[in-house]
Amino acid sequence: MRLLLALALSFIAPLVAQAEEKVTELRLDNGLQVVVIEDHRAPVVVHMVWYRVGSADERSGESGLAHFLEHLMFKGTKTMAPGAFSQLVAAEGGSDNAFTSYDFTAYFQRVAADRLEMVMRMEADRMVNLTLAESDVVTERNVVLEERTTRTDASPEGLFSEQMSATLYLNHPYGRPIIGWRHELEALNREAALDFYKRHYAPDNAIVVIAGDVTPAEVERLAKEYYGPLKASEHITGRERPLEPPQIAERRVIMQDDRVGQPYVIRNYIAPSRQSGAQDEAAALVVLAQLLGGAGVNSVLGRELTVNSKTAVSASAFYDPTGYDGTTFGVYAMPAPGVSLEEAETAVDAALAKFLEDGIGEDEFRRIKAQLTASEIYARDSAMGVARRYGTALTTGLTVGDQQSWPEVLQAVTPEQVMAAAKKVLDRKQSVTGWLQKEAAQ
Amino acid sequence: MIARLTAFFALIALPVFADVPVKEVTSPGGLKAWLVEAQEIPFVALELRFKGGATLDPSGKEGAVTLMTGLLEEGTGDLDSQGFAAARDDLAASFSFNPSREIVGVSARFLTDNQDKAIDLLRRALVEPSFPAEAVERVRMQILSNLTAEERDPGAVAAKLFNEITFEGHVYARPSEGTHDSVKALTVEDLKAAHKAALTRENVIIAATGDITAEALGVLLDKLLSGLPEKGGALPGPAEVHLSGQVVTEEFPGPQAVILFGQEGIKIDDPDFFPAFIASEILGGGRFGTRLMTEVREKRGLTYGIGAGFSSLDQAELLTGQVQTANATVKDTIEVIRAEWARLPDISEDELEATKRYLTGSYPLRWDGNANIARALVGLQLQGWPIDYPSKRNGYIEAVTLAQVQAAAKAHFRAKDLSFIIVGRPVGLEQE
Repeated sequence: MRLLLALALSFIAPLVAQAEEKVTELRLDNGLQVVVIEDHRAPVVVHMVWYRVGSADERSGESGLAHFLEHLMFKGTKTMAPGAFSQLVAAEGGSDNAFTSYDFTAYFQRVAADRLEMVMRMEADRMVNLTLAESDVVTERNVVLEERTTRTDASPEGLFSEQMSATLYLNHPYGRPIIGWRHELEALNREAALDFYKRHYAPDNAIVVIAGDVTPAEVERLAKEYYGPLKASEHITGRERPLEPPQIAERRVIMQDDRVGQPYVIRNYIAPSRQSGAQDEAAALVVLAQLLGGAGVNSVLGRELTVNSKTAVSASAFYDPTGYDGTTFGVYAMPAPGVSLEEAETAVDAALAKFLEDGIGEDEFRRIKAQLTASEIYARDSAMGVARRYGTALTTGLTVGDQQSWPEVLQAVTPEQVMAAAKKVLDRKQSVTGWLQKEAAQ
Repeated sequence: MIARLTAFFALIALPVFADVPVKEVTSPGGLKAWLVEAQEIPFVALELRFKGGATLDPSGKEGAVTLMTGLLEEGTGDLDSQGFAAARDDLAASFSFNPSREIVGVSARFLTDNQDKAIDLLRRALVEPSFPAEAVERVRMQILSNLTAEERDPGAVAAKLFNEITFEGHVYARPSEGTHDSVKALTVEDLKAAHKAALTRENVIIAATGDITAEALGVLLDKLLSGLPEKGGALPGPAEVHLSGQVVTEEFPGPQAVILFGQEGIKIDDPDFFPAFIASEILGGGRFGTRLMTEVREKRGLTYGIGAGFSSLDQAELLTGQVQTANATVKDTIEVIRAEWARLPDISEDELEATKRYLTGSYPLRWDGNANIARALVGLQLQGWPIDYPSKRNGYIEAVTLAQVQAAAKAHFRAKDLSFIIVGRPVGLEQE
């Protein structure tokens, strides 16, 4: 993320859904994919360029490079001065930003609908014409180091999360922090950034997602004018990443930090993600996360730990269904005063075992289905949110059709599928359990 | 349920708004609300703000309004916590109850299909909370846990210290969530008293956006709120802002320091308000191209982000900003901020025009989504703007001249009053 946003731990299992969106897809001759989502409620448009490259595509030893390049993409092109991009957007009343994840890097602007042409011209320009001054690179590296400090080093939760991921993945680059290990980040330079840019930034490795008060015909005309002339890369090879071997041993991370205010226990399991044409297992896991943790005192963990046994102040479950090479499923508990992390962990495991034994209540299941239906309606309130979901899907191996059918797939989930997915995923041999604590003696 | 609050400047964001058809609705029972009808998506976003909030806590019972608010969804009538959550989820409605320093906020989202049932359930939470013993202890524990966590969170430590210094002697200086001792001592009677004091018809501000007519909204609001008392606790009087150039450091472990900085702000009815607001955007708008961002981040790489701006409480105005930087660069960062404060009046015609263009151009873009619109409408009312403000606001910005901005920058950005609260281990900084 180029600009600071809230640094919260995301303990929320998002219920991803949308309905009745008018979606149009087109592809230019140079390979650029364009997706248009019409929303005519306000004269506003969100323009996003998603590259199919993220931190998991970095070479070993250059962690943080995808995100560093994201920052540098604002440092000018052959015809645009450093910093001018954001200033020109702001001069039109718009806002812009960018973000990097394991599987994608995305840039976006939110502008009045009649300013689409301007931002498209500028994004097309920096897709191929980036120039970098050495002094800008060095200063921006300091900014990113400060960003790492703010997000990670100054936060025991951030450091703990980094240790957890590094332990969960034995071989896959998902184990590396997106922002980069500090010692590798310190060594990144202009040449590495430009090399990464040349290898990965091209129309045939990008997706333009546009949501708002536009027509597909107008978008097509503009896209052909501005993105159309760009040459396809000759060396986009797809994703060649080291894959994870079978996991056969559970792992533990115990971290102590004097700055910890509230200790907690968290467990991350390796889990399948949405696969093109086969999204039902991931859909079952979305429902599972909701059942276990989505509704406070009415979810399995909330009820068992915070209401019944009073072992926790809060307890929940979370699952992100997207990921090019799979994803994770997690549970956590923050122990009540006087309860140790060991006892909290035991309570979580007991609640999970009881759930696997008892199965799903009919009422609970019906309620979750009702919420899924409603969330389709509520989700349409944010054009930016809708655009983000398409971009995420398309950079994690899914198609527009997969994204459009996702609400139906969620609706079709059965209790049997949920229990089968739970039995498969809640396997400690494919997990890491972490304790974040203030000091050794709890 | 009380979620972890990292809220600091739980103040009201300054206005930026679009030319939109806002209607004033008066219910048959006399409640007023602002409404934007939007039929495209079959749901309604409703925002309520009860003025008073934690300022209404009696001395020694700090945290009562916060705990009370956290319990509104934890039991009413024959529904316990789980029964209430089940009823809400069956309706696929979402309610959130947000206590803060001088407001209890209620945000609701419900489907047009079952709005009567959803409103009845929300009414039961707001009007007839039962404060069951089990839930009281559970939510009390959550708050105590938050308090413990905040003691170890440098941002929260800084915010607490900032409030204590700024509002010394006023109820604004107190922690909204209370203290360990005060929260532990709260009784169900205290919660009932807090409920009576804080949720009243006299002090409620209402906005709605979505698939509902003015007439239907009026009826719905009467159903929702007619059971609340008309009057409650007395709101606090004016608060003096005690920021006069202090530099206060609180030791805290970690590689970075959190720096809050600020001085007194400006009232919205001050003739200088719009010129000063534009000056604040030039200085600290928090986006690229603003002066603090350019000088502290872009040129020197001292931080990931910095911004500053005006905010208003009911009884005080502030101009505040925040930055995090390595302990070794705290001194440099403060020097740059001070220098920027001092040189602010040196504004060029181009800089003013670019900023006006941003402010007026971004104005219609805020007009996006029922939930956003309802929140913005309630915010404007809290600040005291008239209902035609959205259509006039760009005109106010356009009318400001360079001389006015320069004069307002000089008069209202006083480097000598600019105070710094630092939580960390800053190097080379002497207490002044």
